[in-house]
Parts: sequence; C-alpha cells; structure tokens
Amino acid sequence: MVELRLYLAQRISAAIMAPLVLVHLGVMIYAIQGGLSADEILARTRGSLLWGGFYGLFVIAVAVHASIGLRNILSEWLQLRGLLLGGLCWFIGLALLAAGLRAVAAVVGG
Amino acid sequence: MQDLDHIQVKVWRGDASGGGFAEFDVPQQPAQTVLDVVTWIQRHADSSLSYRFACRVGMCGSCAMMVNGIPRWTCRTHVNKVMRDKRLTIEPLRNLPVIKDLACDMSEFFDKWKRAEGQFSGKDSRQQPVAAISPVEPARRAANAAIECINCAICYAACDVVKWNPDYLGPAALNRAWSLQNDSRDRRHDERLQAVSGDGGCLSCHSQQGCASYCPNELNPTGSIAGLKKMAASAFMKKKYRERHG
Amino acid sequence: MKAHRRQPLYLAFLLHRLSGLGLALFLPLHFYVLGRALAGEAAFDAALRWTEGPLVKFAEFGLVFLLAVHFFGGLRLLALENLSWSNRHKTLAALAVAVSFFIACGFLLRAV
Repeated sequence: MVELRLYLAQRISAAIMAPLVLVHLGVMIYAIQGGLSADEILARTRGSLLWGGFYGLFVIAVAVHASIGLRNILSEWLQLRGLLLGGLCWFIGLALLAAGLRAVAAVVGG
Repeated sequence: MQDLDHIQVKVWRGDASGGGFAEFDVPQQPAQTVLDVVTWIQRHADSSLSYRFACRVGMCGSCAMMVNGIPRWTCRTHVNKVMRDKRLTIEPLRNLPVIKDLACDMSEFFDKWKRAEGQFSGKDSRQQPVAAISPVEPARRAANAAIECINCAICYAACDVVKWNPDYLGPAALNRAWSLQNDSRDRRHDERLQAVSGDGGCLSCHSQQGCASYCPNELNPTGSIAGLKKMAASAFMKKKYRERHG
Repeated sequence: MKAHRRQPLYLAFLLHRLSGLGLALFLPLHFYVLGRALAGEAAFDAALRWTEGPLVKFAEFGLVFLLAVHFFGGLRLLALENLSWSNRHKTLAALAVAVSFFIACGFLLRAV
C-alpha cells in the first residue's frame, strides 16, 4: 500500500497548499511593487505567529509534495528504483524541510 | 493505362533483435486504406513482409499499427487522410516487443489484463434467477461506457506511462477492471481493487489522455482510471480495508 | 516531439511536470536567500539587492507563471481525480495557462 499512501500524501499536501499558494501569489504581487527590501519583508514577518504558522505549514506541505512529485520523475524519466530512489527522495524531502524551516525561522525570528 | 500516382511508404522491418526502415513505392488507389497499402506491399513488392489483420472492416482490432507515429487501426485509416506529401511511415505498435516486421507480441498486454483481474468472477449458477440490473442505474452506465474494449492495444501503444514504467498495467487492463468494479454481479471487487491500486496500478496514471484520444471505439480509459483512483482512495479511508490490506 | 504526444492534454501533463520540477529546483535558492536574514538585516538586504536586475525580474516572472500554472493545473487534476468526469479538460487546461500568464504579467508590471 506504499503507492496508495504516497498518492494520498501528495494529493492531501496539494489540497493543503491550495489556499496557501493563493495567498503567497497575492503577497508576492503586493510586495514586489517598489522592489523588495529586507525592511519591508521583515516588518511583516518578524515575530508574527500568523506568518510563522503560515509559512511553516507551507514548508512542511511542500517538502512532502515536491519529494513525491520528484519521485515520479526520478523513476519514470531516470529509471531509478528501489533503495536509491527511496533514499534520494527521503533526502530531498528532509533537505527541503530543513532548509525551509530555517528560512521561516530566519524571517520570523528576532 | 492511366499513370497512377505513387506514395513513398517507409515500413519497419526486423525482429526482437532490431531492424530498420524499408522503402516502397506503392500505387495510390481511390479510398485506399493503410491496410491496403501493407497488403499491396506484401503481395507485389516483398512477400516476406509480416503483418496482422483479420476482419479488415474495423471490428477486430488486429491490424493496429503506428501510422506516422500514431497508433491506428490500419483498415480504418484512409491514406489520403494521413499521408503528408505522398509519404507514409508504418511501424509495429509501440511499447510491445516485436515478433517480426509489423507483428508485435501481445503477451504482456494480456498478462497485465489478467494481473488487473480483468476477468469476471460471479458466484451464481444457472440454478439462480437472472440478476436484475437496471440499465440506467449509474454503476451499470459506467460499466457499459467502458465495456466495448476489443483489446487492440492502441491505448497501450499511445501511453507514455506504459513506456516509462514496465510495471504499469496500462489503460486497457485498468479500463476493464473499472467496468467490472461497476458490475454488481461480480464477487471480487475487493481483490480487484487491491490488484489495480498497488505498484503499476491506477495511481500511476498521469492523465495524459493519449488513450482516450486514440481509442477507435471512443472509450475513455483516463476516466475509468480516475474512477478507480476514487475507489482506491475511499476504500483506504475505511479502517477495515486498511487493516485487511495494510 | 513524437507525433502521438502532440495533443493538448499531453502538453498539459508536460507543463505540470516541468513547472513542478522548475519550482522544486528553485526552492533551495529561495530558502537560501530568505535564510540570509539569519545573518542580519544587512545581509538579507544585500541578497535581495542581487535580485533587482532585469534578468532576475524576468526569471521571477517565469517563476510566478510556473507557480500559478502548477497551481491551476493541480486544481484541474484534483477535480479529475475526485469529482465526476468532465469532458472539458482541454478547455480547463487552456484556461489554466491563460489565467497563469495573466497573473504573471500582473506581477511583472508591478515589478518594473
């Protein structure tokens, strides 16, 4: 049932990210006017539980979603299988999770 | 004698170990089909050409080949509809091993059909009354919509997931499984769902819809597979199913 | 492109896969730039300044398009897999591309 679990994890993480992506697109289009600055971004995110929770959830969902999506590409286009495929995808997922949470901490932390 | 127009036809020749294209000059005829072309070549140009056909009227699916890179029933493909600059390229069906020239080995196609539990399993005998099934109930409609498959393997040849994943059961087998899952007389719904939602099962479909685009019977394996995905997902959500199947 | 692939829903699949791949490859860079804030506001600002050139702005336009098209395409797939069958998938796929392009242009116009 591994296939089914991966399939569901990817679809559920996609559903979770749907509203998050919409908000993110909105924020990007709003924020890009007049250029990006550390000031502007940090003023919004620093110390904010809301943005911390928002982006934290986003990172977790994307780590799951992207690693499973890449798994399809690695197995279908590069013909990877077995432990190499599984190991690589776990690595990608965990790396994205670590780097992503670090980025969230960076903009939310003081 | 009227000077006939000719078409340049490239035909793949070879076997499992390899091969290449041979070129033939074939006289053009009115209402000529690609099967007519292949038959002309075998009768007048090279009798060693191997190919398959049976009914030659679009009912059996035996004459399926790649015509200019698209899988078609050659008996139902008019030359003047598909040739470009009086050129035609004919190859054996994609994704299946070649036996010789234009005849491919359909064994794996049928093996996957079996692996997908593509056969009906009832429990009633002639002693029981005939099952009363309304033709308009949703499940029967779904089964009927998928039931006209004649195993020509055009969808199998069109599917890139079949190409990329050797375990993938393929559109035809999964389409059949879907029609049986909607048959209320069948007794192996649970086992069949297991068979089609594991490795190489319905979850591997990426909805490219090549199958639905090229099916000569206008079937929709993509839709059938989407139905199987829904069945698999909702079965999984039920704890009892999870306990029984891990 | 092989003949059997030259049909709209195959292209939709390809776009969905390549946009996902593009976004996945972009994420480490994105997380790195944001992570510069750990080194202080000045370091973060310096990293953001790097993104000011026209080439980067155009790349950002591309990324916004990739995110939008992957999002809308994904909604179409979630509908395909969970709702009853629709014969409108070619239309939906085309709409996804059009709306995404519109959104990306909106971003670009505000970026320049």
